[in-house]
Order: sequence, then C-alpha cells, then structure tokens
Amino acid sequence: MSTHHQKLERHSLGFAMTILVVASIGGLVEIAPLFTIENTVEKVEGMRPYTPLELAGRDIYVREGCYACHSQMIRTLRSDVERYGHYSLAAESMYDHPFQWGSKRTGPDLARIGGKYSDAWHVAHLEAPRELVEGSIMPGYAFLSEARLATGHLPASLKALSRAGVPYTKAQIENAEKDAARQADFEQNYEGELQDSYGDNVQVRDFDGAPGRLTEMDALVAYLQMLGTLADLETLNPQESSR
Amino acid sequence: MQRNLSIEDLVIFSALFFVLMAGLAILGWGVPIAYVMHGWLIAAAAGWGLLWMLGRACGGAVKIPLEYNDRVIRFGIIAALIWGIIGFTVGDILAWQLAFPSLNGDMSWSNFGRLRPVHTSGVIFGFGGNALIATSFFVVQRTSRARLASETLPWVIFWGYNLFMVISASGYLSGITQSKEYAEPEWYADLLLLIVWIGYLTLYLRTLAKRAEPHIYVANWYYLAFIVVIAMLHVVNNLAVPVSIAYPKSYSLFAGTQDAMTQWWYGHNAVGFLLTAGFLGMLYYFLPKAVNRPVYSYRMSIVGFWGITFLYLWAGAHHLHYTALPDWVQYLGMTMSIILLVPSWASVFNGILTLNGAWDKVRTDPAVRFMMVAILFYGLSTFEGSFMAIRPVNSLSHYTDWTVGHVHAGALGWVAFITFGTMYKLVPWVWKREGVYSLKLEAWHFWLALIGTLIYVGAMWNSGITQSLMWQTYDADGAFLYSFLDSVVEMHPYYVARAIGGLLYLIGACIGVYNIYMTVSGPEKVKTQQAEPLASQPAE
Repeated sequence: MSTHHQKLERHSLGFAMTILVVASIGGLVEIAPLFTIENTVEKVEGMRPYTPLELAGRDIYVREGCYACHSQMIRTLRSDVERYGHYSLAAESMYDHPFQWGSKRTGPDLARIGGKYSDAWHVAHLEAPRELVEGSIMPGYAFLSEARLATGHLPASLKALSRAGVPYTKAQIENAEKDAARQADFEQNYEGELQDSYGDNVQVRDFDGAPGRLTEMDALVAYLQMLGTLADLETLNPQESSR
Repeated sequence: MQRNLSIEDLVIFSALFFVLMAGLAILGWGVPIAYVMHGWLIAAAAGWGLLWMLGRACGGAVKIPLEYNDRVIRFGIIAALIWGIIGFTVGDILAWQLAFPSLNGDMSWSNFGRLRPVHTSGVIFGFGGNALIATSFFVVQRTSRARLASETLPWVIFWGYNLFMVISASGYLSGITQSKEYAEPEWYADLLLLIVWIGYLTLYLRTLAKRAEPHIYVANWYYLAFIVVIAMLHVVNNLAVPVSIAYPKSYSLFAGTQDAMTQWWYGHNAVGFLLTAGFLGMLYYFLPKAVNRPVYSYRMSIVGFWGITFLYLWAGAHHLHYTALPDWVQYLGMTMSIILLVPSWASVFNGILTLNGAWDKVRTDPAVRFMMVAILFYGLSTFEGSFMAIRPVNSLSHYTDWTVGHVHAGALGWVAFITFGTMYKLVPWVWKREGVYSLKLEAWHFWLALIGTLIYVGAMWNSGITQSLMWQTYDADGAFLYSFLDSVVEMHPYYVARAIGGLLYLIGACIGVYNIYMTVSGPEKVKTQQAEPLASQPAE
C-alpha cells in the first residue's frame, strides 16, 4: 500500500483527480437514483404548484429564515404523527424549491399548520407572539403588516420555477401579478377564476384583516394557511408508497 | 528574476473585467436597494483590482523576491480574527435572544432568523475559511520549499473571498438568502465564490507543481481534499434558476426530497471537508512543528485520509432519518456514518501519539495544550456524530438542542481550538517575532475557552434530551403529558447557561486577539535564520 501511495504522492494533479473520483462515489450512489427511481415521490391527489400569493408568502418565509426554528417535516415516529398529523409525504414538497424541511424545532413543526388557527390568530401571533402565547420565544414580525407586498417580479418568479420543472402554464405566468392581488381580495370576486386556474383547494380571502391593502402579511398567512392542506391523504395507496 | 505580462495576468485581468461588468449590471438593473449596493461593492472591488494590475503592468517588470510570500498570510490571519470576533459575538447575541426573546428587537434585520446565518457563515466561512486559506498558503510553501506560484492570485483569492463574505453577511441582514443551511448566499455571491475557488485550486496545484520536495506532504492532501470537494459541493448544491438580473432571488434547481438529499450531502460535507479535512491539514503540519516530533504513523495517515475522503460523502442522509427520503438511502447513510468512526479515530490516535515524547509541552506551552484539547474534542465529536447517526438515537436527538451542542463541541472545541493553537505559533513566525507577547494571557484564553465550551455543550446536552423526552412523554391514557410550549419554557435555564458559556468563549477570544495584536506590535526578532531554505529551482 505504502509504495503505491508514494507514487501517487508525487503527482499533484493525479492526487487531486483521485480525490475527486473517490469523493464523487457517495453522491452518485445516493443522490442520482432519487431522480430516476419512480416511487421516490409517491402519487397523491391534490398537489398543485403554489399560487402567486402563496409563493410570495413562501419567499417571505425563506427570506426571514423561518426554517432555522421550524421544521416542515412530520417524521414517521408516533410522537411526531400524534402531535402534528399524518407523516409528511415526499409528494407534499415536490414543488418546494428549495425544500424547507428544517433541522431544528425551537418552535413546533409547521408542515400541517394550515387551517389549524384562524387568519386573525396568525396575524396577531406574528405581530406580537407573546401576547397570544405566553412563554413563546419567537421574534415579532409586525413589520410584515406594514410592508406592501411587491408583486412586480412574480411573473419572472413563476417563469424561473417553470424552468426548474414546476408545471406553471403560460397564462398563470402572465397573470401572476394580478392573481396575487385577486387571491387576497376581500370581496372574493375572483374565487372561481383562481380555482379554475390552480385547483379547488385555493383559499381566497383577505388574510391580514386589512381589506384593500395587499401586504406581506397577506402573503405569509396565505402560505401558512395552505401548508399541508393540499395532498388528499385518502387517495394514498400505502402499498405503492412504501419505499 | 524578471517578470513580464503573462497568460496568467491576462486570465485574471479578463476575470476581473467580467466581475466588473457583472457588478455594473447588478447596480444598473437591480431593484432591491441591498442588491444594488452589492453591485456597487462588486464593481468597486473589481475595478480596484483592475487598476492595481494596470498600475503594476505600467510600472515595468516586477521583481519576485526569493523568499516565501508571507504578506498575504498575515492578511488572512487578521481577516480570520475579525470574522471570528464578529461570528462569536453574533452567536452569543443569538443565544441571549433565545433566553430573552425581547432582545430580538423585532426589526426584521435584528431577528433571529436573519442573524443566524451571519453567525454560522461568520464562524465557518469567515473565521474558519480565512484561517484555512492563510495556513494552507503557509504549509504549501514550507512543505514544497517553493514560493506561492503567483504574485497576483493570492491577493485575488484573499480579497475575493472576503468580498464574498461581506456580500453574504450583509445580504442575510436584508433578507437575501436561499435558506439552505450553510449554503445561504444567493446566486451572484455563489458565482463570485466559484471564481475565487477556481483561482485557489489553480494556485495550490501550481505551487505544488513547483515543489522542491519529491513527495507531497500529508497536510497538503487534506488541504487539497478541502479545496477540491468544497468546489464540487458548492457547484452542485447551489444549482439554481435566478429570477432575473434585477433581483437577488433564485429558486433551487431541485425540489423536495432531491433538494433535501443534495443539501445534506452538501451540509454534512461542508463539515467533513471544511471543518474536518481542512483543519486536519492544519493539525498535520502545526502539531508536529509545535512539539518538534514527526507524525506518529504514515500508514495511519493514509488510512485516515482516504477513509474520510470516501466515507464522508455517504453520511449526509443521517440528517434525514424517518423523513420522506426513501428508507434505503437513510439506512445506507447510517451505515456509512458508523464506519466513518474508524478513519476519524485513526486521525485522533495519530495526533495524540505524535505527542509521545513531548507531553511536557502540553503543560508548558498553552498553544500545544490548545492543539491537544482540539484532538480530544475531535475524537469526542466524531464519536458523538456516529452515535447520533444511529436511527433510534437520532429519533431522540434530531430537531433538538443536542444537535446544536454536537456541532458546537466540534466547532468550539475542535475547529477553533486547533486554529487558536496554530495561530499562537504562526503569528510569531510570519511576523518574525521572538514569541507570543504573553504566555499568561494565552493560558487565560485557553481556560476561558475550555470552560466556555464545556458549559455550552453541557447545557445543550441537557436541554436537548429534556426537550426530546418531553415531546415523547405520554400519560397513562396515552395522551401527551406536555404541550410543545411546555418544552420551550423548560429550556430557559439551559439557554441562559449556554449564553454565559458563549460569553466566556468570546471573552477568551478577545484576550487572544489582544495578545496577538501585542505580539505583532512588539519588536521584530533580532536576527532571522531561515531554517528551511527556499529552493530557487524546482526539483526534477
């Protein structure tokens, strides 16, 4: 061994190439098949791409680094399932660029937070967490209610995501800016249009309790309220999805 | 030796020109204010570099001194210390925020979520990265008996890397982040780092090619693995589709499960190749130098090196136990993580046994004491890491503070200890000083750092296990005994203890910086003797 190695030690470029080859193997074996093995992501009904408003909310979630304290991944452990609901499916994050499974629960898991609390609760809690939950150590995000939601970039965002593989239609990309405002419209005038375009499980209403103003709070609450509500777990075939 | 305009100059010149144009494009088309500021910063830095190169080209041929290039190493040490203090300070602020949440200030930039990557990037890439670049330049020159192969590249690497750091850290504060752990910088910062990194690899290989020694010394293997593997990880994990030139935002090319696996392949190996391989390179040069003993076993070095290089890349899946990642990957990741203990501990024994015959120095020389404790913490963390990768253990430790404690046993106890031990040796060498200003202050730094680390890690073990048990405790009727909030409230005393441990560590580091500052501002060594003469001609 030593003599062969001594030969290798004489060639800097050869040494570097050997490192690259040896180090690539693990990734090639573990990652590459995830793109080709079909049942890596199971088939489940209800999954759809994020609406522009939900996406804007998700971008805020990403911007503020929420994943540092909140996971979005209910593991198959009994204590996870009983506390947070059905374990997370791979399909449920199939449109998540990037994934936000997280690595730490300083706060609770949010994978199925959607629908568990009212919009008003979320707004009040985000603005001043300890006024609703005594003992919470979450920072306050009152500034989200003040910030008007920027929507100008949303068509470009949807376009970028479609390049990464999310099946947005041309119409969805073109209407992204309009759709974002329409989803938070308090008169819910466009509910039909949005549900036709994205799916029946799109929630349309004024989320931040300030009608007529499209704020970052609208977007974030719209995102939180749909988390974990899309996949129709009844349609899941346990045989097929066992991996 | 005379030097004219070379191909290298042309390549660097065009690269800087490209960066300048990119900076101008960002400041011209950019919409968010922080992003436009980054455009200005990038353009200014590249423009400054271009002017510097032009000025030098017009000034006629540059004389290359026949000595090691230590100037850039001094800059690297200073940068590492500055980022270290920033990173430790922000880390301790975060610790106090968790204990007393009103300290968040609720002002977007001051909240935990935005500050946290400033801490992690500051210590890992700012402190650790700069320390690795500086020491690798020192080691590759000494062990090759050759001057760095370029007069321009080392400076491009140093300034480019720190520009990347400034852009990343200021970006986090204004919400520019990918929110992929330890890979937060957005696409334009990633591209900048890629250019810097290609330069780094080129310089390293070219300096090795100039070497006057037939064999490449073991420390260089590790530095090389660090450079090569980080390049691979950085490129693959940061593949993303930018929204447009007008926005800093991009969307990861991969989604969900595939993105998760790619990210933890990256995340675990940022630990494996930056925080482990790189610093093992440091250990393999500076420990034998400090105790004046050869490395204990050459064979053990080989086993350790290739074992780590091969196995680490398989281990990332243990961050995703019981998740939606397919089971076969989880089990494979767990198995490899356990086997990884073998090469890890080979390095531990190789390090400890190198001390044989020089144990008295552990008592008399605080720098050696730093290094010895670093090896012990390395042994502890690698054992703990393999242990936590076992699925049932992971069901207890994951998502809790235990993970945080584990990371800090490695980061505070191993990475920073080996770095400080090395710096106390390196600073007098590169500034040509008699020795460190005060051994007493060095010892104070050592003890504060050790006590701080033990308090930190102890607090996190307790809080992590408490958390986990509270999440999994049922009453007789099969209902949860504790709400999630109960577990949050229960953490308070541990969080206070952790913040105090971190504060002690920070105070120790400040003493260290003062000691190094006094060393540098002290008198130069009376007469310098070059122990290892620089070869004027490369060996054939």
